[in-house]
Amino acid sequence: MINTTDIIETINMIDNENLDVRTITMGISLLNCADSNIDASCTKVYDKITKSAERLVEVGEKIEQTYGIPIINKRVSVTPISMLTAVSGGDPVKYALTLERAACELGVNFIGGYSALVQKGFSAGDRELIESIPEALARTEHVCSSVNIGSTKAGINMDAVGLMGRAVKRAAELTSDNNCIGAAKLVVFCNAPEDNPFMAGAFHGVGEPDTVINVGVSGPGVVRAAVSKCPDGDLTEIADIIKKTAFKITRMGQLVGTAASAELGVPFGIVDLSLAPTPAVGDSVAHILEAMGLDMCGTHGTTAALALLNDAVKKGGVMASSHVGGLSGAFIPVSEDAGMIDAARCGTLTLEKLEAMTAVCSVGLDMIIIPGDTTPETISAIIADEAAIGMVNSKTTAVRVIPAIGRAAGEELNFGGLLGCGPIMKVHEGNGSAKFVTRGGRIPAPMQSLKN
Amino acid sequence: MKAIVSVIGRDTVGILSKVSGECAKHNANIIDVSQSVMKDMFTMIMMIDISELTSDFSLLSEGLSKLGNEIGMKIHVMHEDIFNSMHRI
Repeated sequence: MINTTDIIETINMIDNENLDVRTITMGISLLNCADSNIDASCTKVYDKITKSAERLVEVGEKIEQTYGIPIINKRVSVTPISMLTAVSGGDPVKYALTLERAACELGVNFIGGYSALVQKGFSAGDRELIESIPEALARTEHVCSSVNIGSTKAGINMDAVGLMGRAVKRAAELTSDNNCIGAAKLVVFCNAPEDNPFMAGAFHGVGEPDTVINVGVSGPGVVRAAVSKCPDGDLTEIADIIKKTAFKITRMGQLVGTAASAELGVPFGIVDLSLAPTPAVGDSVAHILEAMGLDMCGTHGTTAALALLNDAVKKGGVMASSHVGGLSGAFIPVSEDAGMIDAARCGTLTLEKLEAMTAVCSVGLDMIIIPGDTTPETISAIIADEAAIGMVNSKTTAVRVIPAIGRAAGEELNFGGLLGCGPIMKVHEGNGSAKFVTRGGRIPAPMQSLKN
Repeated sequence: MKAIVSVIGRDTVGILSKVSGECAKHNANIIDVSQSVMKDMFTMIMMIDISELTSDFSLLSEGLSKLGNEIGMKIHVMHEDIFNSMHRI
């Protein structure tokens, strides 16, 4: 019989420490839906998605019941839509409306892949898609969009960075009557992974199988509780505790992923080892750092603590899963993390500190609310800075900032649900980066790209 | 296929009988039981065989959690694989 202590530990993690599987995401290739007639293409897209993911929600719910683990989201990611617009031409927003209709039919929480990959330049359909993003996000509820503007191999496409600064601002403006939510569904990547199950950046890469199941785990609350039980241990002990806890969390993700894959008859892709917080009390990455001994996230020492946490999560998780991928690391989305919200409110956590933190953890400047009068050029410059960190360090970085239209520093936005709420954080005033950003062109790939 | 039923709460008379009655209703065979009482806190772990269930697993799960609410205990029923995968290498 299984050890009673282990059973009680698992139940306690789920009941009291917010352990859950954040998402089961089904990746679906739309490459065989491309048609030179956009309406025919949209029909094929709708049919393929609704047929492939027909049982996704039902199977997810069944697994929840059988294993007693909450699965918070069921999601779909698709081939970057720019590849379809390249063939069909026409108004890309039609695809967004098709994805929305498919998401509603399936009952999934999000559908990602209104995307373009332009790290080295624009091909047919890319510019049109990028320019349509604000409207697509304003006219849909479940569709998420991402654009990859740089990579270690290709450098940074500064023309695309310029376009994305405007797209982010416009996405917020078009949804200004709804907390500028459009910008919260738009991510700008450097080194975007092709198998990421997390939104808003999920899309189904071209190297992926026709359909695939990827799983994203959660569990900051479990890690915090484990760290809190060791108030006097040194940091080697803390790292060990985090590794052991991450192992258990990831094993659960692996189990759910393989069960879903078997039940749906779809190959299992990866487990994403990310620590994904929610705004719920006790489910915060910032609180883990504070349990390690910082009085507030953002103070001196935060980057070091986060580096330790991120590394230990990966070391523990990697042995627990047959295939690891996606973003895999600790997330630091400000508005989705109770501890980060508090730290940003009192001014301890600043944009500059967050940028430093992104050099040692997963993703980047995530869910950060900035003043509504921030210029598109300044947003582009923020994107360029973050992409540079990703490019040079051969890691994924991303920017998801939300300009709070009509509001200034000190005020707040409240998105509700998993997206949370947060104060508007300060950015440098004026338009001091405009000249640099509008030069355009491409920042050459760094020496790190020459590994062959 | 086996599942683990866990029952946690304040000790009262007849817990084992009520929980095993609910299991029998769904034709879940009890294979092993361990229980302990510490300072009035009752913990019972039960391993059940669910391969011959006469109803859906979800009905057993709902039945047990409803019983838990009635007798003021927290009752979970989870497939054994979750514990095996989390706690064994």
